[in-house]
Amino acid sequence: MEFPEGYKYTKEHEWIKMEKGVAIVGITAFAQAELGDLVFVDLPAVGKAVTAHGTLCVVESTKAASDVYSPLTGTVVEVNQALVDDPGLINRTPYTDGWIVKLSGVSEADIAGLMSPEEYKALVGK
Amino acid sequence: MKRTPLYEEHLRLGAKMVEFAGWEMPVQYAGVIAEHVAVREAVGLFDVSHMGEIWVTGPDALMALEQLTCNRVSALYDGKAQYSALLNHRGGVVDDIIVYRFSSERFLLCVNASNADKDFEWLKANNRTGAVVTNESSEWGQIAVQGPRAIELVAPLVRDHDLASLKGFHFVESEILGSSVIVARTGYTGEDGVELFVRAGNVVNVWRLLLEHGASYGVTPCGLGARDSLRLEAALPLHGHELAEEITALESGLGWIVKLDKGDFIGRDALVQLQQAGVPGKLVGFVLDEAGIARQGDIVREAAGELEVGVVTSGTKTPTVNKALGMALVSTSCAALDTHLRVFVRGRTIAARVVPLPFYKRGRK
Repeated sequence: MEFPEGYKYTKEHEWIKMEKGVAIVGITAFAQAELGDLVFVDLPAVGKAVTAHGTLCVVESTKAASDVYSPLTGTVVEVNQALVDDPGLINRTPYTDGWIVKLSGVSEADIAGLMSPEEYKALVGK
Repeated sequence: MKRTPLYEEHLRLGAKMVEFAGWEMPVQYAGVIAEHVAVREAVGLFDVSHMGEIWVTGPDALMALEQLTCNRVSALYDGKAQYSALLNHRGGVVDDIIVYRFSSERFLLCVNASNADKDFEWLKANNRTGAVVTNESSEWGQIAVQGPRAIELVAPLVRDHDLASLKGFHFVESEILGSSVIVARTGYTGEDGVELFVRAGNVVNVWRLLLEHGASYGVTPCGLGARDSLRLEAALPLHGHELAEEITALESGLGWIVKLDKGDFIGRDALVQLQQAGVPGKLVGFVLDEAGIARQGDIVREAAGELEVGVVTSGTKTPTVNKALGMALVSTSCAALDTHLRVFVRGRTIAARVVPLPFYKRGRK
C-alpha cells in the first residue's frame, strides 16, 4: 500500500498536499480500501468554513455512509466535481484524481502537526 | 463466531471478512461493483453455507408444513421447490424460506442464517403432528452459482442430469466429484443459476472445482456486499429489512405466497382480518430524484408536509441500475406508482418517487 512523500496524513486517514498555499485534501489508500467501492460523495459547498476534525463531507459505499473529517481549519475553495459522476476515482487514484476538496486559509502550525508518510504507515501497519 | 467450511478459501482469495448473523463471512473479494457486474454479465460464486437446512419428515410431514407455512405445500411435487414463509399468529414473518419436496414424507427447508436456530425451535414448538423436525444446518454447506453463464459452467460437472432442462424452482439429487449434492435452480440475485447443497466435508473440493473449471467462463467469487446489491435490484426481500415479525406478510409484499384459501395455517386468522379491514401499508420501490442515498431506517414523508408515511427498508446506489434506489414500507395511500415522497437522510430531505418493482429484470433467452 502506497503513502506518497510530499503528503501529510491524519489518524482519521485523510491526506493533504500543499500547492501554492492551498491544501488539497483526500482520503488515503488505506481508507478507500477499508470503505470499499464508493458510489456517492456528498461534496461540501464552495465557501464553506471547516474546522480541523470537523466533518468535511460524507462518502458512501454500496453498504454504508462514512464521514470524512477535515484535516485542517480553512475554507473550501474548490471541490472535485469529477467525483459527482465517478466516485470510484477515490478508489482508483486516491492521491491524484480522487482528491476531494481544496482548502485555503490553512495555518502552517496545523500542517506541521500532521503525520509524515512514515508515521502514518506505522499507524496503519501496512 | 461461526465459520463456514470455506473460511480458509476466502482468506486465500483475499476476502474482507465481516460478522454477519453470528458468522464470519466474506463481504467482498476484489470489490462489490466488480462482483455485482460479474454476476450480471458472466457468473459469480457465493458461499452461502451459513444458510440453515431443516428437514421435516415422516408420514405427517406434508400436513405439518401446510399448517406451519403460508404457501400451498400440496401444490409441490417431488423435485419441486417453493418460496414460502413461517408466520407468527399476528401474520408477521418469522422467516422467509424455500421448501424443497423430496417425497411426500421428506421436505427440506432452507432458512436464513440469522433465523436458523429460532426457526428450528419455532417449528418444533408449533408442530402439532407426528412429523419429525431435524436441524442439519451444521452438516451442510451451500454454494450459489449465479449469472447468465452459471448453467454452462455447472452442467458438465453434474452427473447423470441435464441441468439445462431443469426448470426454475426445481431441483435434482446428483453428484459432483463423487460427492452427493442437491442442485436447485434457485437463487437470490435476479439471474439464472443454481444453488448447490453440499455435505460440509465436501464443500471445499466443490468450491475449488467450480473456481478452476469456471475460470474460462469468467467466474468471480462474490461476497455478501454484491449479494445484497444484486438482490435489491431484483427486489428480493431480506428478513430483517423488508421482512420482520412486526410487519405482516400482506404489507411486506408476500401476499402472493399467502394462500388464505388453503385451510388453516399459523397467521391465517390475523391476515384474513387484516384483509377485511384493509391493509394499512405496502412495500414499494423508490428512486431518489435528488443527490443522496437513502438507507434502512430513514424516515419517509409526504412530498408536501411533515407527515411521516413510512420507513426505508433497504437502500443504496446499485451498480447495474446505477441509481440511488431502495424499498420502503409506506402507508397504502402513498403507495401508488409515481407518488412523490421525501426521505429524511442525515438532517435533510431528499425527493423520492415510487417506481415499479423489480428495478432489474434479466432478459429472456
